[in-house]
Amino acid sequence: MDKRISPLSRIFLIVMFALLYLPIFYLIFYSFNSGGNMYDFENFTFDWYKELFQDTRLLIIVLNTIVIALLSALISTVIGVLGAMMIYKIRSSRTKNALLSLNNILIVSPDVIIGASFLILFTIAGIQLGFYSVLLSHIAFSIPIVVLMVLPKLSEMSPSLLDAARDLGASRWEVITKVVIPYITPGIFAGFFMALTYSLDDFAVTFFVTGNGFTTLSVEIYSLARQGISLSINALSAIIFIVTMLIVVIYYFLTRRGKKSPDLEVLK
Amino acid sequence: MENKTTRNLYTIPYVIWVAFFVIAPILLVLYYSFQDLEGNFSLTNYRNFFTPIYLEMTLSSFWYAFLITLITLLFAYPIAYLLTKLKHKQLWLLLIIVPSWINLLLKAYAFLGIFGTYGMANKFLETIGIGSKQLLFTDFSFVFVSVYIFIPFMILPIFNALDKLNPTYLDAANDLGASRWTTFRRVVFPLTIDGVKAGCQITFIPALSLFMLTRLIAGSQVITLGTAIEQQFLVTQNWGMGSTIAVFLIIFMFIIMFATGTKRRRARG
Amino acid sequence: MKQLIRLAVVIIAVSAILLVTISRLNASQGYSGGNTLTVYNWGDYIDPAVIDEFEKQTGITVVYETFDSNEAMMTKIQQGGTSYDVAVPSEYTIEKMKEEDLLLPIDHSKVPNLKNIDSRFMDLAFDPGNEYSVPYFWGTVGIVYNTKQIDGIEFNSWEDLWNPALKNEIVLIDGAREIVGMGLNSLHYSLNDTDPERLQEAYDKLVSLKPNVRALLGDENKLLMASGEVSIGITWSGDASEIMAENEDLDYVVPEEGSNLWFDNMVIPKTAKNIDAAHEFINFMLDPKIAAQNTEYVSYSTPNKEALQYMPEEMVNDERFYPPPELTDRLEVYENLGKENLAKYNELFLKFKME
Repeated sequence: MDKRISPLSRIFLIVMFALLYLPIFYLIFYSFNSGGNMYDFENFTFDWYKELFQDTRLLIIVLNTIVIALLSALISTVIGVLGAMMIYKIRSSRTKNALLSLNNILIVSPDVIIGASFLILFTIAGIQLGFYSVLLSHIAFSIPIVVLMVLPKLSEMSPSLLDAARDLGASRWEVITKVVIPYITPGIFAGFFMALTYSLDDFAVTFFVTGNGFTTLSVEIYSLARQGISLSINALSAIIFIVTMLIVVIYYFLTRRGKKSPDLEVLK
Repeated sequence: MENKTTRNLYTIPYVIWVAFFVIAPILLVLYYSFQDLEGNFSLTNYRNFFTPIYLEMTLSSFWYAFLITLITLLFAYPIAYLLTKLKHKQLWLLLIIVPSWINLLLKAYAFLGIFGTYGMANKFLETIGIGSKQLLFTDFSFVFVSVYIFIPFMILPIFNALDKLNPTYLDAANDLGASRWTTFRRVVFPLTIDGVKAGCQITFIPALSLFMLTRLIAGSQVITLGTAIEQQFLVTQNWGMGSTIAVFLIIFMFIIMFATGTKRRRARG
Repeated sequence: MKQLIRLAVVIIAVSAILLVTISRLNASQGYSGGNTLTVYNWGDYIDPAVIDEFEKQTGITVVYETFDSNEAMMTKIQQGGTSYDVAVPSEYTIEKMKEEDLLLPIDHSKVPNLKNIDSRFMDLAFDPGNEYSVPYFWGTVGIVYNTKQIDGIEFNSWEDLWNPALKNEIVLIDGAREIVGMGLNSLHYSLNDTDPERLQEAYDKLVSLKPNVRALLGDENKLLMASGEVSIGITWSGDASEIMAENEDLDYVVPEEGSNLWFDNMVIPKTAKNIDAAHEFINFMLDPKIAAQNTEYVSYSTPNKEALQYMPEEMVNDERFYPPPELTDRLEVYENLGKENLAKYNELFLKFKME
């Protein structure tokens, strides 16, 4: 399919992808186990899937999780890009570093501390725990990762590019929308997907700031651990995984249709 | 037309975020770190931190974080490099990220099965003639699974850096007779150093505070700063000590950030 | 730029659709209605059919929220923000919650079914007169072992774990109280001991166990024991009965030196809004038939004496999970040792783990 890489490299890539997907296929495989556990495969069954579709509570939880992930990723991307631009503009390298360190604190802080301090913060501010508190926290802990993804793209941009645009009479707004944003688009996408990942994976922070009946999938999964995780959770992961894969692939080909040189498009 | 205030309006959301979700929590953590078990102001926690047990833990935490970052980088760089050469590279990149959307606890359970005595990994080792080994609850499995988790986060920034690399530079280096290794060392790597740095930062720093894997995969025999904080907050409910360790974690992070920041000037300036 | 805007529009549209769906679903489940009761419990620690039955009988809608540790639950209740009406903490947490003034007293006149509880489990040190709590499930801490894999070694006491033949076989609980307590018990001391010398002695004893220890785990050990990956585990009886149902080779024993007796209990937190419904719920859960049904689902030991007659005989007669009074007399409930001592326990445990 592609002649630019050697067979050896191709094998390396294949092995890496296989390793990356191995645990997921393991989970999916056992979601068909009638034995009800993850080590002894008895018979093939769809029971766990059937059980899943009858569980409205779980469905609500899944939808909650998706909405929170999408919205928090979107909003944190917008704020993160603005933040990265601000940091980029700072001349003094000391201030820049200080701000970057502040930016990174939420990445380094253990989830429990973030969760507990956000909980205290929301209590002081009088924010009801539930959808909004969870959304706010997810936005908050995703922003730094977006900044980290966008900033290298910004600093790569050569200043002469901006000067040229200005010399050609572009306004500030035009410089940003026509030159800067298109240039850093890959970074923005990377930031968005990272934010999505953080949000979907988070357990500890969500646990602390949620309430009033609002729950996300990972909180549910963690609290199930005491009693043993049912295989319907495996079934659920399998469905989520396959749907995500489909969306990713379809989205990719839809946006690529009819473009001559797709890979360059993003960069221009 | 554009005065300074309107020009800086765009910074407002980010500044608000820094104030409320970064500085306020830090102040909170600092405040707690000066409280002893009875809630009085004291320096006991700081004194405790400098006892051998916590220092040893800090050291081992750094060692594992370093190991994890290094190995992640060693795998992530070639993967990112090869991905940029593929036809549908953006799609492949997405496919690298998708596995991290499946819940971590579930994947950890899967690894328990894979690395188990009768698991896939051991069957593989037997087939290739090495024979079955105890893999679970060892340093190896801990580092392996950590690398597994961090690798997408490392690949992404490196991919972005490599992807924009101008092919003419490589051609130029080639024309000038540079070997592939020299080209990599003198041209490719320096031009992608920002991506590598971003990748290392988002791996090393969270690796210091990994907590769930230390129990699930390492059987609590590896203890990171994150595990210790977790325990102090949730088990002992000694928020003071937990906050103190967190303060040190934040200080370490500042040091790391400043170190990587100034190096850039000197080495590449 | 266009690409980015398109993506943003798609996300907002999708989110809007999902939000509408969620509120529809919530409405169809009655979650947004008026008369609700919020129950805060461990995940999957109640038979869902029991909740349905309660809803049908009373017309109250139950919102079921879950937590994964006593401490995390306590932090949530402490901070407020959600009105939990009933929670299910373990006994040592109840003492702490009492200290912090987080509980409301239970009005015994509204809980007539309290008479069904075995008197052995009433009026215990952590809550004299059951002023604030009602036992939900109870159990012991002991040794689960795989009779097929461990041949020729009988487990009767903690001491048996120190057998050199068990190198790298044992999985311990990742909990300071449990493990330091085990060390103390093995020396025939109380597991609530706070004497520094005896604690040090227990620590030294534990360190000598280290070669036999493969790992320290939490709930995930159930999976490993059931699959035969791990042959000896220290665990709670509730977990033990669960995995023994899955793997017939496993057996459970409460060591003769003594061990821990634990309780999970229903309480009404300070945050409660629907206090009448909370009492109604607690009383309902103590109904013999309901308790029996719930026990069969959860498979932990019930403190409800009257419920036993509705349960399968082999379950009730199993002395490993329903030990006779002679044995329970030897067991101790964790006492609240105060923060300072707990910190000491924790430090010893941390040192033990890093050995």
